[in-house]
Amino acid sequence: MKILVPVKRVVDFNVKVRVKSDQTGVELANVKMSMNPFDEIAIEEAIRLKEAGKGEEIIVVSIGPVQARETIRTGLAMGGDRGILVKWDAEAEPLAVAKLLKAIVDEESPDLVIMGKQAIDDDCNQTGQMLAQMLGWAQGTFASEITVGDGSLNVTREIDGGLETIEIKMPAVVTTDLRLNEPRYASLPNIMKAKRKEIAEKTPEDYGVDMTPRLTILKVEEPAGRQAGIKVESVAELVEKLREEGVI
Amino acid sequence: MTTYSAPLRDISFVLHELLDIGQFSHIAPFKAATPTVVEAILKAAARLCEQVLLPINRSGDEEGCRLENGVVRTPSGFREAYQTFAEGGWTSLACDPAFGGQGLPEVVNLAVAEMACSSNLAFYTYPALSHAAYNLIGTHGSDEVKRAFLPRLVDGRWSATMCLTEPHCGTDLGLIRTKAQPESEVGYKLSGTKIFVTGGDHDLTENIVHLVLARLPQAPPGTTGLSLFLVPKYLVNSNGSLGPRNGVSCGSIEKKMGINASATCVMNFDGATGYLIGKKGRGLHCMLSMMDIARLTVGLQGLGLAETAYQRARAYARERLQGRAITGAQCPDRQADPIIVHADVRRMLLTMKAYNEGARALAYWVALHVDLSRQHPDPEARQEAEDLVQLMTPVVKSFFTDYGFEATNLGLQIFGGHGYIREHGMEQLVRDARVGQLYEGTNGIQALDLVRRKIVKKSGRLLRRFFDPIDRFINEQKNYSRMREFTLPLAQAFAKLQQVTAWVVEQGAKDPQQAAAAASDYLRLFALVALGSTWAKIAKVSYAALDNAGEKRFYEGKIITARFYMRRLLPQTSSLVRAIRSGSRPIMELDAEAF
Repeated sequence: MKILVPVKRVVDFNVKVRVKSDQTGVELANVKMSMNPFDEIAIEEAIRLKEAGKGEEIIVVSIGPVQARETIRTGLAMGGDRGILVKWDAEAEPLAVAKLLKAIVDEESPDLVIMGKQAIDDDCNQTGQMLAQMLGWAQGTFASEITVGDGSLNVTREIDGGLETIEIKMPAVVTTDLRLNEPRYASLPNIMKAKRKEIAEKTPEDYGVDMTPRLTILKVEEPAGRQAGIKVESVAELVEKLREEGVI
Repeated sequence: MTTYSAPLRDISFVLHELLDIGQFSHIAPFKAATPTVVEAILKAAARLCEQVLLPINRSGDEEGCRLENGVVRTPSGFREAYQTFAEGGWTSLACDPAFGGQGLPEVVNLAVAEMACSSNLAFYTYPALSHAAYNLIGTHGSDEVKRAFLPRLVDGRWSATMCLTEPHCGTDLGLIRTKAQPESEVGYKLSGTKIFVTGGDHDLTENIVHLVLARLPQAPPGTTGLSLFLVPKYLVNSNGSLGPRNGVSCGSIEKKMGINASATCVMNFDGATGYLIGKKGRGLHCMLSMMDIARLTVGLQGLGLAETAYQRARAYARERLQGRAITGAQCPDRQADPIIVHADVRRMLLTMKAYNEGARALAYWVALHVDLSRQHPDPEARQEAEDLVQLMTPVVKSFFTDYGFEATNLGLQIFGGHGYIREHGMEQLVRDARVGQLYEGTNGIQALDLVRRKIVKKSGRLLRRFFDPIDRFINEQKNYSRMREFTLPLAQAFAKLQQVTAWVVEQGAKDPQQAAAAASDYLRLFALVALGSTWAKIAKVSYAALDNAGEKRFYEGKIITARFYMRRLLPQTSSLVRAIRSGSRPIMELDAEAF
């Protein structure tokens, strides 16, 4: 089984992001960037499938600036086999990314695409679903457990109010939730091996995909700061306040 | 609040922009160390330190080590963390591929060491000693011993210790009593007691390799009668598997001020089988070669802790609202201004920042010369690098641990009373930093090593290796107007250092007491000038980067910090010079009874 794992280079989850003064987006200059944490989980799952003898090759794909090569390299250091970088310096919206991934899937014909359910920068949570639709493949989103059957997958999904297990046919697109696994730390020998692994470099034109944004960002703002709370003296006062606020 | 984020940007600035390690890509360990590979390695190491080592730093301090039925138990989580560390290959980074190492430069290993010390110093004491032992056995061990022990030290399945101190002798190793009795052709039986053995026993590894200084029968008294022996906790069978338990055991563990998760053991040797390392009577010489790397690493511990203290103090100073700026409110919409507006808080933060970033650049520069001293194809270049390492080792060890203690203390001060209580982890940093000034040779001994041996060695050749480039740098740069604010104070301090050096050498030759009385102040003077020349180079590189439209905030921050160093820290040299020149009399004239 061939597994394709798309990964995105995003602002590191530890960074306190600041809105640019012109409100067009967040400040990215000199900010620590890392692999989207959901994508790390996707790579880890692919590696575990491979280690369990259920996968043969893991291809790590990223769409982004030249620095995204290092994001791919991180995936290769964890255990990916080879990489594809589609160089694109501007904003990439989910629809365009899904189109590009479809073109790559058409070329590589993997049996499974495992990807993060969303990226922590724009929190779109759309690309996996769009890709499955375009390919006409089954989708198992928000996965917290995957078991491989014969030409099928059992995917346990994290849904409102509990877990739902579905059986889907392969090939399929699976998007990962946080509890699927705990990604490994890249080992030093694997980091050294990763530098010899191949990363193909492509452009959107190679796949004939138009990356022009369809969305217009009006403005980006900081969320409102938290207001200071108050202490209530009694349960009766608490109930009264909740009534006043229209909560109960 | 117990946060730490590895200063990867600054580390990469030092390695690639300041030291330009890429220029050595023709030398073995640097071939593989391209900027992108080094970046990937450091990023992975940073993650491990931040996510695995840091979370068990505080709990390890609270819990400490326990001795149960003769076995030392490390605090919760240490075994798992060590396993992750060793299985990740981090013990093998700068080791020879012939023994399973990754063959990467020592300077990269030291960058990883800094992050590990910042995250969890107590944890790092275990692998740090293994690496020092690896270097020693690699240099002085027989092929047989190397084959038997090095691969396991490299993959981290075994660890190592150094056993020098005995109850009645610490600094004066000539008094060592532990005996080694020849047993068979290669073997010896060791008997005696060693104390203050870091990692003497623990539950992190399958086996522990002790390097023990002991005395052979009929050996002369003093240090020339000492030989070095390798004593494993478990004997090793010829096929490499573990044999029976050897006659070495942990008698007790010390209760101490800091690094509580690092087991400091009393080790009893009762006819334990040992193997001779190096030549008979050359034990101290062999051990010292292990201590050079160990001493650099101890210096790094000071920097590591100071970096963590700085990061936490910086975050606190930006958030903590107290009082108003003396010139009027800076944040009128808030109840008070953040304390970072206050001059005294800024003084403390900048002192930490200037020492940390200068020390990082200086330490990595020395570590780079460790690599060059071993691997440079040109013997003259190897010798030159070796000279610099020898000269700078006591300076790095001593000054870094002294300022590490100062800086962690400043960090605590910025937290006020909240630093003194345990909650924020600041007092642990101070306690953990304290030992660095003591172990691997006290800082007083380091200072004596510098004035009595290093600066006079080879008629001052070591010293010239360091002085000449500073001289050249000042001459090259003095005509650039924007560099003058750095080269001028540097030139003045450097001139004072040269004059005082001549004075110390001359006076010391006539009366060793003069050199001894000058030693600690001289070492600090030396270190301040060394950091001064480092900051001047940083300013030069930063100006060039700004000219090329580099990251403005980062490089301007460097230049402003360089300015702070030159104007606020380097002037300490003047008072040190006066103190040194006052000679030994003010120190020696008080009668011992009158104290």
